[in-house]
Amino acid sequence: MIKYLFAKEKDIPGGTAAIFFSFSAIMWFIIGTGIGSFNAAKLAFPDWFTHLYALQFGHMRQVHVHAVIFGWIVGAFAASAMYVVPQLGNTKLWSEKLGVWNCMLWNVGLALGLATLWFGMTSGREYSDFIWPIDLFIALAMVLPLFINIFMSIVTRRTQGIYTTNWFFAGSFFMLIIVFLIGNAPEFFHLTGLNEAYMTWWFAHNVLGLLITPVAAAITYYIVPKVTGNPLYSHRVGHLHFWSIVVFYSTPAAHHLMSSPLPEWLKSFASVEGVLILVPAVAYVCNILLTMQGKWAMFVENVEIKYTITGVLLATPLNMQGGFQQTRAINWYVHGTGWIVAHAHLALLGFSTFAEAAAVYYGIQTIARRKLYSLSLANFHFWMLLIGFSLYWVSMTIAGLIQGAGKIYEVPYMDIVIAEHPYMIVRWLGGTMVFLGNFVWLYNMYMTVKVGEKLPEGLQPQDIAYAR
Amino acid sequence: MGFREYRVGSILFGVALSSSMVITMYMPSLDISGVSSTATALEKQLTYGRNSGFTYGDLFLHGADKPVKVILKKNPVTGAKMDETAAYVFTAGTSFPSGLKHDNILGEKVQALSVSMGKMDQAAEATGGVFLVSSKVTNGVETPYVEFATATRGWGVDATLNAASETILAGAGKTMFVREGCWWCHTLLPEQTHDWQSFGRPPVLGDFNGESPTTFGSDRKAPDLLHVASRNSSVEWMTLHFFNPRLVQPHSIMPRYDYLWGPKDKAGNDIDLAKWDEEFVAYRDGESVYPPEVPEYADDSEIRYLMDFVMNLK
Repeated sequence: MIKYLFAKEKDIPGGTAAIFFSFSAIMWFIIGTGIGSFNAAKLAFPDWFTHLYALQFGHMRQVHVHAVIFGWIVGAFAASAMYVVPQLGNTKLWSEKLGVWNCMLWNVGLALGLATLWFGMTSGREYSDFIWPIDLFIALAMVLPLFINIFMSIVTRRTQGIYTTNWFFAGSFFMLIIVFLIGNAPEFFHLTGLNEAYMTWWFAHNVLGLLITPVAAAITYYIVPKVTGNPLYSHRVGHLHFWSIVVFYSTPAAHHLMSSPLPEWLKSFASVEGVLILVPAVAYVCNILLTMQGKWAMFVENVEIKYTITGVLLATPLNMQGGFQQTRAINWYVHGTGWIVAHAHLALLGFSTFAEAAAVYYGIQTIARRKLYSLSLANFHFWMLLIGFSLYWVSMTIAGLIQGAGKIYEVPYMDIVIAEHPYMIVRWLGGTMVFLGNFVWLYNMYMTVKVGEKLPEGLQPQDIAYAR
Repeated sequence: MGFREYRVGSILFGVALSSSMVITMYMPSLDISGVSSTATALEKQLTYGRNSGFTYGDLFLHGADKPVKVILKKNPVTGAKMDETAAYVFTAGTSFPSGLKHDNILGEKVQALSVSMGKMDQAAEATGGVFLVSSKVTNGVETPYVEFATATRGWGVDATLNAASETILAGAGKTMFVREGCWWCHTLLPEQTHDWQSFGRPPVLGDFNGESPTTFGSDRKAPDLLHVASRNSSVEWMTLHFFNPRLVQPHSIMPRYDYLWGPKDKAGNDIDLAKWDEEFVAYRDGESVYPPEVPEYADDSEIRYLMDFVMNLK
């Protein structure tokens, strides 16, 4: 990587930035899930590993969250965008060098940010925990170059129209900058009270709604037609998806604070808008699943489609939960329980991670022009991820329902903790499976780049058979 | 580009996103900013100071740059006995909370009273001073306001600290609460729909003015703490529980906070956590009858700050 930082633009092979981003994203995924697994162990067995004070739960929880969100999720988005956008535009990345620098600054900034959080330097606001100097660094040195690179690659494309995937890439990275700067404004300008609390959740909501969900969807809009060879079922439904994301997904931030004393009109408005999130959600899922017509055998036979469609199928319960759990009728029962933790992992570890894993699998093969090293290892990784995630999701959902019942019947809190104990153990096992599976993945990807079968000229990875 | 549809699309995108921001950011902020402070909000601001997260005054979150809450039983100037009064002492240079610095935080009426009755406008960060939360009844409506006691009653910083019958470092404690991530599991938000019996009165709209960060939390893996000291006022129980929750609550999953005791206990003796743990394991496994003694914490230890914060949550 170092040698490309100071190389001339023309000397840097196409796809370098995407490869760097892919591998650093996998690394952060391993680090993030490793910390997550450790945290889960602490919740199941609090006196395990007693004297490692450096790994206190209260310090490590936010390190897990941000390593996974910024390192893995957004890192893999960057990796995907950096090879998908040029391919869709029949062109090269606007600046491969900027991409390489972007990846370097990304890793440095994130490492710095996580170190400060670990050290206890925090703004004390969930999801915008980073202290404001780090926030500024993220916005200006990490996200802004990414947006410029992607946007300029779209502008300098050599095709006529702009495909659905690219609407989302361009729109979402642009909105991320705005969301990030406005969402962290309470720190820059020292806003206080409920304004600060509301803006904290405005940020948390929009970082998911305007970045993670739409970009994960954008990836599947690319992978499914590309790998199956089917055209996208409906461009128009794609329009509906895009515009309803912008209109409906950007407004319900207050539904995260349904039990706090915010103005009632705001909570009611957010709740109604929150149900309307089902519009883009249903449009999207139908569009992708209908694109699969006649190619469902690939769901079993092809690794990328297996990951992508699993992600899309997981988006169905995700959206149904998301649309309804924030209404007053349901929120009072599940608010602040493990149910929400399960839902958050369904969005990030379920839907997004599966979609992105597909993009990384496919991207590394197409950029390196080599076929996947091992189908068996990829399948092993798939099942570790899916079973691990399912254990996590089911156990936390049950724990959340127990907690909700305990909450509304005002059961002594200790009894709830005791009742949740078995589910805390299962969640730890599930998280650990995900963590361990990722090592296999890293090995498989490394071997693909090194010794994978070379793709013949003019063929794509899905066109030739798996070697092992 | 060069396509008309993309120009139209970009404009529509801008319109959609901006109107969404107007509805979800501008309109709520107008509404929330118009809310008048309750006495709780005034107390919280004067107890916690400017900011409990990362700030210039406290880069590493050690609890620096914080006011001191004191309980007075006698008048600091005359020495005459008086009813128990909470006063908030800002030593010279301590940062003021937003409500003391900006005139749009406390709410119109509270702000006007704090200036006319409380002489709040005479206070300055450079010289510090002593504050009280007072209230005035007009037409049967009680309005709280901030009273700058250094101007209204002549209470100096040193005199007030010397006259204090109790010193509560809850401001520094809230920094510990933020730094140690207590709020990842303990909410400070009893919910409106239930929780009244177990956790007490939910906060109301004006309870948060000027507080930053609010840290009322989103994920409850443990009991709500907003009124914890009203439920359990035993300092002894809390001390044991902080040192090792399993001493008093065998099924608790809370981490130990024994490292907040620092290197020395109250008497100045070294604290040996490894040895303590050995003895605790022996006790837990039934090899010894009594658990090891929990050391008494020093007055300037971080656990003291945190204890003061928690015991101040009433």
